[in-house]
Amino acid sequence: MTCEELLKALNDYVDGDVAPAICREFEEHLAGCNPCQIVVDNIRKTIALYKAGQPYELPEPFRARLAQTLRERWKAKFDSPPQP
Amino acid sequence: MTQSPPAVDPDLALVRRAVAGDYGAFEELVARHDRSLYTLARRIVGSAADAEEVVQETLLSVVEHLGDFAGQSTFRTWLVRIATNHALKVLRRRRTHPVVSAGIDDDERLPHPHYIAPWRKSPDEIAQDHETRELLADAIDRLDEKYRVVFVLRDVEGLSTEETAQALGISEANTKVRLLRARLMLRERLTSAFGDRARQVTSAHEHEAEK
Repeated sequence: MTCEELLKALNDYVDGDVAPAICREFEEHLAGCNPCQIVVDNIRKTIALYKAGQPYELPEPFRARLAQTLRERWKAKFDSPPQP
Repeated sequence: MTQSPPAVDPDLALVRRAVAGDYGAFEELVARHDRSLYTLARRIVGSAADAEEVVQETLLSVVEHLGDFAGQSTFRTWLVRIATNHALKVLRRRRTHPVVSAGIDDDERLPHPHYIAPWRKSPDEIAQDHETRELLADAIDRLDEKYRVVFVLRDVEGLSTEETAQALGISEANTKVRLLRARLMLRERLTSAFGDRARQVTSAHEHEAEK
């Protein structure tokens, strides 16, 4: 496999998404290639880090404004229109 | 990992009640998703002010269109698609020049890993450091937006390739290439921050690629 092919296989490999033939060839390569093993691990950790990252808290003034805005829109939508 | 269909959408019961006019159910739905929506928005658009706009517009859309949600995806995925549309609108507004066509991704050489080293700590340990948030935000912000959005939707939000492609109006092949680029660039930047310099290795491929 060329470098480019390896990199493309790497993407699918991380996802567990590879056709058996390519997977085998890539795994064979991986077994003998420490740098590639590290790259695969780096990528998995990169993804895990973003997934594990603390969520941002909504700033309190925004939260209050948002609640108000949503309530008003909800009322406008669900309150029955005035009788003609 | 490949996406499997959701067993039961945990939000469905609340959605049904909200559609029937139960505001408390709607508030509960918002409470379940607002922080992660805001985080998604922050990751894609960067600024707090713009992220607030994305969240507000998204939830207003939900008020208007909740009745249109037909359960073909989870409520969460539906919400993420709406938020993505609003985030892309914000990004488009910022652009002063036309976007390069989608096809160019396939022609450019992939960024080969340069700095390769195992990380000093596990992701969970790193995530607890206060500086980590800045670092993650900075790394993702430096990505070209077309790679950033795919990474956020696929790897952070867990949308499938198909769902991501549909949400962005690009091909699945393009989605995969963009994801690969995003992953390689983020790996490079984060590894230079978290990698163990003492255990750095050189890839033999680097030499092959230069032949």
